Amino acid sequence: MADTLVLIPAFNEADGIATVIDSIHKAVPDADILVVNDGSRDETASRAKAAGAVVLNHAFNMGYGVTIQTGYKYAYAHGYEYLAQIDGDGQHDPAFIAELLAPVKNGDVDFAIGSRFLWFDSYRPSFTRRLGILFFRKLVTVIIGRSITDPTSGFQAFNRSVMKFFSTDIFPCDYPDADMLITLNLAGFRIRELPVRMFANVSGKTMHSGIKPLYYMFKMCLSILVTLLRNRQFYRRQM
Amino acid sequence: MTIKQQIFSLLVSICVFMFTIDLVRKKRVREEYSLLWLATSLTMIILIFKYEWLVGLTSLIGAVLPTTTLFLGSILFLLILSVQFSIKISKLTDQVKDLVQENALLRYEFEKSRNKPEERCDDKGKNPEP
Repeated sequence: MADTLVLIPAFNEADGIATVIDSIHKAVPDADILVVNDGSRDETASRAKAAGAVVLNHAFNMGYGVTIQTGYKYAYAHGYEYLAQIDGDGQHDPAFIAELLAPVKNGDVDFAIGSRFLWFDSYRPSFTRRLGILFFRKLVTVIIGRSITDPTSGFQAFNRSVMKFFSTDIFPCDYPDADMLITLNLAGFRIRELPVRMFANVSGKTMHSGIKPLYYMFKMCLSILVTLLRNRQFYRRQM
Repeated sequence: MTIKQQIFSLLVSICVFMFTIDLVRKKRVREEYSLLWLATSLTMIILIFKYEWLVGLTSLIGAVLPTTTLFLGSILFLLILSVQFSIKISKLTDQVKDLVQENALLRYEFEKSRNKPEERCDDKGKNPEP
């Protein structure tokens, strides 16, 4: 068994999942690949399995946060030392997985997050999305005292301690983004942001449609507020 | 409070009380959720007979009419009920999340262990021992 697991959360990604898995196989041949299928109604699970990934199936759709936490629980239970997380829609370039994993494997950091804004030819999100990202970028940077340019990025890599921490109830399953970074910082984990290439979402599917962006803003602000109101000891107890 | 008002309030309170008891008896409502309903209907019955308590409570909270106190009490009751449900729904959501995750992990382990003996049988079929 490899010491690294690449986690792909997937919901109705049958069209592109095999390509993503193939690219990951090429980019990090030594790593195992896990697809957590979040109750897809298409052939995501069978195609991922055929492409050589381990597949976990949610009985029904539970959302992005729950899906990635299932992956963390699997990785922790199966003794993996490192975990890299990449989206199943092909937006994240698998060539950067190794670069995200490098500082984690060296022991320099516990948690590495990929930023599309630090890489010169990543795509630029829509204006409203950029506004949201800008808001949370400023907020996170002020709170944790370190520059984070892309707090909403789902392209990440981390070690076993973070895996264990994220497998507890402390993990914010409802859109884990900026509040997760603040929680990690409060718990004393070392975070580093690295440049990664991200492509535009060709499928057009997004987690942030309809009134969801408004709910997202509300939820994230509330979550950050209560995170800050909690005692630091609260996070230590979860480790 | 007129006698008509007393009779009407008493009937409503007794109906709520009996209806709640019946729901618990039929196992359609759990005891923990009946508590608030039973407590409220009992309070209503007590206040019907001890009207002076209601008047005293009204002056204590600075209201003018005892009916205001009753309305405030009803709103408070609904508020507590909603908060209780929100807490319970949040807990249930977390439990469903944990169950779905456990189910996914166990299903994988189950399918893996179920496939293992078949693989061994296939191997035996391909390479029969001499």
